[in-house]
Parts: sequence; C-alpha cells; structure tokens
Amino acid sequence: MTPVLEVRGLSKAFGGVQAVDDVSFELRQSEFLALIGPNGAGKTTCFNMLNGYLPPSAGSVKLNGRELIGTPPRRIWRLGVGRTFQITATFLSMTVRENVQMALISHHRRVYDLFSRATRMYLDEAMALLDLVSMREQADRPCSELAYGDLKRLELAIALAHEPALLLMDEPTAGMAPSERVALMALTADIVARGHVSVVFTEHDMDVVFAHAHRILVLNRGRLIAEGTGAEIRANPLVQEVYLGGGRLFEKERGNA
Amino acid sequence: MGFYLAQLLTGLANASSLFLIASGLSIIFGVTRIVNFAHGSFYMLGAYLAYTLVTTLQGGIPGYWFSVLAAAVLVGGIGLVVELTILRRIYRAPELFQLVATFGVVLIVQDATLAIWGAEDLLGPRAPGLDRAVRLMGEPIPEYDLALIAIGPAVLAAIWLVFHRTRWGVLVRAATQDREMVGALGVNQAWLFSAAFVLGSALAGLGGALQIPREAVSLQMDLSIIGEAFVVVVIGGMGSVTGAFVAAVLISVLNAFAILIFPQVSIVLPFVVMAAVLIVRPYGLFGRPGSEHGGAEEPEQPLRLLDQRSTMVLLALVAMLAFSPAVVSDFTTILLVDVMVATLFAVSLHFMMGIGGMVSFGHAAYFGVGAYAAAMAVKMLGWGMLPAMALGPVAAALAALFFGWFCVRLSGVYLAMLTMAAAQILWGVTFQWQEVTGGDDGILGVWPAEWASSDRVYFYLALVLCLGGIWLLRRVAHSPFGYTLRGVRDSRIRAEAIGIDTRFHQWMGFTLAGTLAGLAGAVFVFSKGSVFPDALSIGHSIDGLIMVLLGGIHALAGPVYGAMAMVLIEDWVSRLDYWRFIFGGIILTVVLLAPDGIAGGVRRLIQLVRRDAA
Amino acid sequence: MTLIRRTVLGALAALPLAALMPQIARAADTIVLGEVNSYTRLPAFTEPYKKGWELAIEQINAAGGVLGKDLVVVSRDDTGDPATAIRIAEELIAKEGAVMIFGTFLSNIGLAVADFANQKQVFFLASEPLSDALVWSKGNKYTYRLRPSTHMQAAMLAEQAAKLDAVKWATVAPNYAYGQDAVAAFKAELTRLRPDVEFVEEQWPPVFKIDAGPTVRALEASKPDAIYNVTFGGDLAKFVREGSLRYLFDDRPVVSLLTGEPEYLEPLQGETPNGWIVTGYPSTDIDTPEHKAFAEAYMAKFGEAPKTGSIVGYNSVLSIAAAITKAGSTDTEAMLAAMEGLEVSSSPTGPFMFRAADHQSTMGAYVGKTALVDGQPKMVDWTYADGAAYLPSEEEAAKLRPAE
Repeated sequence: MTPVLEVRGLSKAFGGVQAVDDVSFELRQSEFLALIGPNGAGKTTCFNMLNGYLPPSAGSVKLNGRELIGTPPRRIWRLGVGRTFQITATFLSMTVRENVQMALISHHRRVYDLFSRATRMYLDEAMALLDLVSMREQADRPCSELAYGDLKRLELAIALAHEPALLLMDEPTAGMAPSERVALMALTADIVARGHVSVVFTEHDMDVVFAHAHRILVLNRGRLIAEGTGAEIRANPLVQEVYLGGGRLFEKERGNA
Repeated sequence: MGFYLAQLLTGLANASSLFLIASGLSIIFGVTRIVNFAHGSFYMLGAYLAYTLVTTLQGGIPGYWFSVLAAAVLVGGIGLVVELTILRRIYRAPELFQLVATFGVVLIVQDATLAIWGAEDLLGPRAPGLDRAVRLMGEPIPEYDLALIAIGPAVLAAIWLVFHRTRWGVLVRAATQDREMVGALGVNQAWLFSAAFVLGSALAGLGGALQIPREAVSLQMDLSIIGEAFVVVVIGGMGSVTGAFVAAVLISVLNAFAILIFPQVSIVLPFVVMAAVLIVRPYGLFGRPGSEHGGAEEPEQPLRLLDQRSTMVLLALVAMLAFSPAVVSDFTTILLVDVMVATLFAVSLHFMMGIGGMVSFGHAAYFGVGAYAAAMAVKMLGWGMLPAMALGPVAAALAALFFGWFCVRLSGVYLAMLTMAAAQILWGVTFQWQEVTGGDDGILGVWPAEWASSDRVYFYLALVLCLGGIWLLRRVAHSPFGYTLRGVRDSRIRAEAIGIDTRFHQWMGFTLAGTLAGLAGAVFVFSKGSVFPDALSIGHSIDGLIMVLLGGIHALAGPVYGAMAMVLIEDWVSRLDYWRFIFGGIILTVVLLAPDGIAGGVRRLIQLVRRDAA
Repeated sequence: MTLIRRTVLGALAALPLAALMPQIARAADTIVLGEVNSYTRLPAFTEPYKKGWELAIEQINAAGGVLGKDLVVVSRDDTGDPATAIRIAEELIAKEGAVMIFGTFLSNIGLAVADFANQKQVFFLASEPLSDALVWSKGNKYTYRLRPSTHMQAAMLAEQAAKLDAVKWATVAPNYAYGQDAVAAFKAELTRLRPDVEFVEEQWPPVFKIDAGPTVRALEASKPDAIYNVTFGGDLAKFVREGSLRYLFDDRPVVSLLTGEPEYLEPLQGETPNGWIVTGYPSTDIDTPEHKAFAEAYMAKFGEAPKTGSIVGYNSVLSIAAAITKAGSTDTEAMLAAMEGLEVSSSPTGPFMFRAADHQSTMGAYVGKTALVDGQPKMVDWTYADGAAYLPSEEEAAKLRPAE
C-alpha cells in the first residue's frame, strides 16, 4: 500500500541556520502521527513546508504520489489536505455554521457565485460536520463569542469539510484547558478511527501525544532523531537525553505553548 | 554647477517644511493609529497664529522666533483640546472612524479661521536677520532657506533624542510597534495618546509658523498641504519619523529637478513616487508589517438576511421613493437623483471597505472614469445615452482591474494610499490631457436623450439604475462571493487554508466595487450635463469615505444612511452663513453620539424603542 | 453663539419647506434673480463681488426698481463644485422662481452653469469667469459674459509687452485651463505684434501649490529678457517673494495678468514689486463722476474701497436691470433679444455693450504699473483699456462659436 504522505530529504536553511535538515518519513492510511521535539527543533518549519507556506531548500513532499513542493497552500488544500492552526484562524464576523459553510462553498467551487444566498448553501453538510465535533447547539452563535476550546473544535470541523485524506494539526491543544485537550484529541482520534483521514500533528503535551498517537517522530535541531510507537520513544535514550536528561519527557509541560 | 546646487538647496529647504508637518502626522498615526485629516488645519492655524504674533510683537529677531515657538505651543494646546474632547471618546470605534471626526474639525477650523482672520491672504514679514540672499557659487540662495535646511535635521535630531533618551519616548516607540504590549505594561494609554497628539499638532503648528517668511498665509493652506503630507508619511512608512525625513527630501528634491525637464509634473509627482515606492516596498521605506492597521476593535456581527417585517418596511420606502415625483417639486426629484447617485457611490465603496476590508482613499477615480467614459462616448463617438451609460461601468471596471491588481498586494492604510495615488494619477491625466478630456474645462453638453430629458423620466431612469446597483451589491454581499470576500478580510490565512485565492478574490471585489462606482458616475454625468476633473478628485473620494464611515462601516445599511445624511445635510446647511462650521459641528455630534456610525445609532434607538414598547 | 443658534433654529424651521414645498410664493411685485458663486471656496474674491451686487440692488430698488418691481436676489454658495452649482441653479429656477441666473467665479463652474442654461433654456450672465471657451468654443445662445476675458486681458498686456525691447520671454502660469489660455493668448498676440520674440521657458506650477524656489530658479536659468506671469493669490505672493530674494526681477520687465486687481495686489503690501505691467483696477484713483459716486456709496455702505469683484458684481446687476428694462418683461426670449447689443451706458467703469455675435461684453480693464505709494500697493500710470479694442471682430468671433 502506498503511503498517504511521503517526505524525502526535506531541508530548510535560514541564512546559515539549518532549521530542518534532511527529514524523511512516511504516513500511512488512517495513521495518527505526532511530530514532537523541544522548542526550536524545527517542528513548525517542517509543518509550514508540508502545507505549502514555506518553500523548502531541498527535498520532496508527495501526497498520494503527487509532488506538493511548489504548490501554493490553497492548491494543497484542494488536493485533500486540511489544516488547523496553532493560534485559531476563523472568520470572526460569521456564525459557527457559516464558517463551515464557507469551507463547503469553497470545496464545491462556488466562491464566485454572485447570486445564491451563502447562508442557505450546504446546510445539511455543515450541520453534519458540526455534529461530528459536537457543536450543533452553537451553530448560530457568532464565532467571535466562542470559547477557545470551541474555536479549536470549529477549526476541526472546517478542516474536515472537504473530506481530506490528510489533516495537518499544528499544536491542536495549545492554549486549552487540560480537560479540553483530552476531549479534543479523543474526538480527533475517533475521526481518524472511523474515516479515511490520516493526521500529522505537533504537540507539546506529552500526555496527549502518548495517549493518542499511533506513531511518534522526534525532531531535534532540525534532524529526525527517533521514530516509533509511544513505548519505543519512551525507551529511546537519545530522546531522553534531548528532553533535558530524562524524566521531564513524561511530565506535563504546561505553559509551553 | 552652481545652478544645480541652488536647485538642490531649494529642494532641501522645501523638504524641511514638508518634514515638519509630516513628522507630526507620522507620530500621531504611529501611536494613536488616527488618520488625522485635521493635520493641515493645525498647520494653517500655526501660520495664522504666528502671523498675528509676529506682526503684533514687532520684536526683531527674538520676537520672530518667540512668535514661531509660541504659535507651535498654542497649536499643541488646540490639539490637546481636540484630543480630550473628541478623539479620546472614540478610540474604540471601528478602524478609521476617527478620521470622520478629524474631517469635522477641518470644516470647523476653516470657518473659524475665516471668521477670525478674514478672507484676504496675509503676507507676513520676512524673517528678521534672514531677509536676504547669500551667493553660493554665484547663485543667490535665500538665507531663510539655509535656516530651514538646518531646522529640519535639528528637529529630527530632537525627536530622536526624545524618543531614545526619555521614558516617554521609549513608550511612544513601543506603542508604535506594538500597542497591546504597552497596554500590558500598565502604561496609561490615554496620557500617552494625548501627549503624542499634542506633540504631533505642535510640529504641524511649527511647520506652519515657519512658512510665514515664505508665503502668504491663506485659507487654502490646510488642504494644499495635507495630501502631500500623507504621501510623505506613507513613503517613509507610517510611524517612522526618520522615514518621513527621507521621504520629504526625496519628494522635494525630485520635484526641484523634475520641473526643469517637465514643468507640468508637479501635480502628480508625489503620487507617482508614492505608487512606485509602495509597489516595491509595501510598507514604505522604513515601515514595518503591522504598521498598516488601526487598533483592536470589536468584531463585526454576522450578516443577517432581512426578516419579513423589515423587508416590508424597505419595500414601502422604495415605493414611496418611486411615487415621490407625483407629490414633490421638480427640484426635489433632482435632489433625490443626487442622493441616489451618492448612495450608489457610497454603497460601492462600502462593498470594498466594509465587506472587502480594503479601505480606499481614491474611489472617486472609478466614479470619474465612468462619468468621463459615458461623456466621451456621447461627445466623441456620438453614442446614444443608453449605450454611453453602459460604457461607463465597463470603463470603470477596466480601470479598477488595472489599478486593483497593484492595490490588492497591499493592505490597510498603505492600500488606501495606493488607491489615492491611482486616483490622483488618473485625475492628473484627465486634468492635463486637454485634447481628449477637455482638461479643466471638462466635457459639456452630455444631456439625457430626448425621451429622458424631463426631470421625472430621468428620475425613474436613475431610480432603476441606482437601486438596481444597490440591490446587486446587497445581493452579492449575501452571496458566496461576498461571504468569501468578508472571509478574506477576517482571516487571510484561514481563507487561504480553505482553498481560496485570496488576492484574486480581492481583486475581483475591487473591480466589482469600481464597476458600480462607474455606474454611479454614468448616471451622474447625464443628470448634470457636464463632467469635470473634480469628479475624480481626492475631495470627492473623501466625501465617499466620510459617507461610509459616518453611516457605519459594520452595517450594510450604513452607506445608505451616510450618503443620505451627507447630501441632504449639506444641501440644507450650505444655505447658511458659516455653514462649514455648522456642518462640522453636526458631524462631530454624530460621531460622539454614535461611535459605531449612524447605522449603529439607529439600531440602538430601535432596540430602545422596542424595549420600551415591550 | 447666540447668532449661530439663531441661524440654526431659523434653518431648522425652514427645513421642511426646503425639502417639500413645491414653490415659495413671492410677492407679485418682485423680480427674482438667481445667483450662485463660490462663497466658501474663494471668499477673498467673492465677498467684494457680493457687496457690489448688493449695492446695485439697493440703489436700483431705491430708484423704483425695474418695470415697477423690486429686484430680489436669491444667492447661494456652490461650495466650489460644478455639480452642486448645477443643482442649485435648478433649485433657483424650479423653486425660487428666478427669471435668470448670474454669478460664478471659477471657469469650470461658469461652463457647467452655461451648459445647464443652454439645456434648460435659461438666461445666464456669467459675471466673473474668465475662460474664453465660455463665449467662444463652448458659447451658447443663453449665456453672456460680463468680465473682460482671459484673451482680452492678455491682449491688453501683449500690446504693452510689444513696446518693450525684450525678445526672449519666459512664462509662468498655474497649471489649469485659465493659465493655459492666458499663456496661449499672450503668445499669439505678442507674436502677431512682434514676430521677432521667442519664448524660451515656461513653468506650470500647480494652482495654489507653487514650489516657488525651484520655479524661480528654472525661470532664471533660461535667462529671459522679460517674464509673463499668470500666477495669482497665494502663488503670486510666494513667487514675488522668492523672485525678489533671488534677483529674478532685477533689470527684467514683468508683465502680469490681473496683478493690479486689489484682491491680488493688496495682500502683497510692502513686497509689491515696482514697475510690473499689469491689468487691474485702481479703485480709489478713478475720478470719473460715475465711478466717484459708486465708490463713495460703496465706502459708505461697507466701510472699505471697492475691489474688482465689487465692480463686476455691481455691473452685473446694472446689465441685468438694463436688459429687463429693454425687454419689457422677464420672458427669457425677450431678455435674450434685449441682451443682443445691449448698451450699459452709465456704469462706474464707463459705457460698455454686449456683443450680439459672441455674447461678450466690451467692459474693459485698467492697464498700468505696480508701485508702492506711501507704503501702500497701487497701480500707477494706468489707462482704461476699452474691451472692444481687444476682441476679434464680431464676424471673426462668430466663427469661433459652435453652430447654433
């Protein structure tokens, strides 16, 4: 079976600094993959190259065999990659449902429609997506009034609107209360479990990572230093070394977001 | 050689004058994020006050310099009053709303100055001790020019010292870069804002006062400087004082040499330079990303489709309008045509600014292109009225496509200023290209076809076209296209992440807004029979801007209220003496009562009535 | 503040009327004249003009009015905008019952209202705009113009300029239609009189935004024998000051359009250049009986000497009164017929007439030199230049107009 995502030799240098250095990995169908590492390890840089916001210095990123490098973010999205942001980005002047409808409208290539009523389009699909993230009750609320955790869930609903093959989640639980983190990741894991979507996420909260990730990649100083299941990573001395000499890796690192 | 030196020195002297006023404007924007139209008024007041002081004191060299400084201090005081009584109350209003208040101040100052100092230009004395020219390389150079050349950098150095050596200055710089951070540090923002506004006003006053020996003090001083001052601030980068200095030198020296080769160039040169700079550097020479937007503001509420009762009310109003010619006088129908044209113009600008988040200081360009295209189709191509009218929006669309392509690459105030540059360049072409556009003499004799020549028939034609245009834009606002445009405004990164080509979408939004402005222009030209470059002047663009902001940028009905208020109030007050004073007062009253615009005020009023009724 | 409040309240009371009433009924024994001008945009020029027509109205009504009726002027501010001017003209005709329109200062507004008059078949007397187009290339049946035009005033100066030795000329003019017309007319006239002259430099500063230093330098660099100036108002003051600081005017004759008009000359005060050849209006020095009577009445009423605008405003109303008297009615066609060749014999500036062929009055201007007399700016050595002498013949002028 071909991997959903195939990353080969991905590198990025800023001036003289090698932010990401020859990173390669694969993502399989319906896999829930975590990308971790200490601050400055290159996670975000790596992520931004995957979703097209940053051109790499070298390397290749293939989605279902198709090269993504050089493709603008909106095309990457069209190819079936959804994403959520570390700091939520939603349309604050719209309601929760309208936010999802926007993604659906774009997915159905109707953004240049001048005459339909946007609020009446793809209602059922939008409500179904909101159901998925348990936001049906809040559908008509202005997005600007939502609690942060709800915004995160809304982003998830938006990201799923075009039935992506791949979901990129940058620090999905950053800024959330611990109980919300668990709930959101449980929800995501559930979606991965029943759908055809695969997920790559970065995360600071190791509880979250070890509780849900099928497989974990560890970055340090731009290099991939370890790869494996939770248990394998826990046992890896190199990883222990990187995370300030052990112990800490298994504690909560709150406030790091 | 001496000749070029002389030209360079003259350019530098002008640069100093320009820098003084621009630096104050830049500081005010940097700290408070207010686009201060009243800055030219402060400059003019500085000149008038200095004139009065110099001519009353007659105190030789010390008297002159004392007068100049005293005028600057007095203008600073006036700035303080404006800040305390008006601006302070509306810092939380939507972006750029404060400029409506400063526009009100401009009107009030114009009439107050006329009342105090009279209509005639006042020529002050030359500066004592600096009233002659010295010869440098055989060329006569006025001594006062040399003094100015020294004063500019001296003021720059003083500002630099204040900004880098005092706690207040450090806070000002911090506020310029990151307003939230200053709030977090527990600094008293109100105090900081007042101080910045006073300093900025005083610098404008100083700039005006120092002009006394160079030019007659006149009532045109305010508007003649303000455009150029903004250009300098934007070229330098909003909030950057050093940038303002470099830009002032660039503009002034370029102009000094350019008029040797192409004497007509002065009217557009600053705008051409600004456009070129912005295309290469989207935040000006020394500006930073993030310097383009105003402060934090309340998020806009979701759009709602009209409920049944509102629809009925609206239809009833439209029906009343349609039947009005049967009851009101012929003149009132003509006034109503003006109102409808202004409303379509304002609604099209609102589509761009409110829905699209692209502020325009040059929307009149597309109105004017529409009007001129229709007029030229009649006069040069011999077209009939209806085809000529159809050509208006088409031509406006093409102009908007062209200029919009550049503009959507920028954002915030920089985008606004590039639209202004585009408008001013188009204005310059219209003004200068006499063979084709008639230049300043305009195009005459563009009257409606025989069948539409009665005031009533034309009223109905205007009604159909203007209401049609307004309906179309409203419909589009509720459509996926309009929603997407709002989405790009709310969060470009999110829009991009759901597959939207944000720039292209904004470009199309810009073009649609321009097209409808062109339709308004086409309706306008046949109602007036003639068109002049005024139609695409900055003044006309500003009128539209005030209509949109005063009406309330966060509501679809806002521009409708704003346009009706502006046209009807102006038609009414201009019958009175000192009407600009009254008009300015009305604007300030509205601003203070309804910081969310007329639409917001009306909404709150309705809520109040409903609550009482319940 | 009381005054302002009263005005506001008064206007509030008038508001419903203004918007809704079909027509305000006026007493049957008055004739309403509509008047529109740029009162807020250019108060320095329009205030004296307003005083001039107010005086004329007062005198005519005191003497029994016209056709036994009092003249009433409804005056409005056009805010400097042609579109607004047209709306006001509509209102004056449709609502105020004006029998004709007069006024305007800016050329574009004059042209806009003239075109409106043509469309709506209303008699329009353009009082102040100077544009040649108004009566020539864009002239129409319904529009007459009082003030000596750009062409006429430029021709008056060209006549004087031709007497100078100067061969190399430089020009400086504001960059808009008025400046361009003024330079073109001067060049044409001077070249006709003196085929040997050449124009070596032209400067076109934007109106009211002259960058005087570089402009003066650019003129100086061309080393002209003489300079023709069209700048006025604030631009003129800057130009004069920079020019004299930089010795531009030393040993170099300057001929200057309109600079002798008190509106432009008086603000120059002690800086008034000596010996510039100008057109203008030496208002306090004209001692014809008609002018003396006018000037004294004006002084008595307003406490200041009349300016050019004053005489234009005054003569406007004299012309209109004469036309209505001659027509015997306020019917537009009758008034237009009366305007053709209408003689206004007793104006303060001497007799003039309205030419039937091109609708231009032959009211002239004064040509003289600027000087400081007792520290006050004055026109000296002046003579009255009758406008008729500086106009093309009626046959030629008729060819300049579009076919009716």
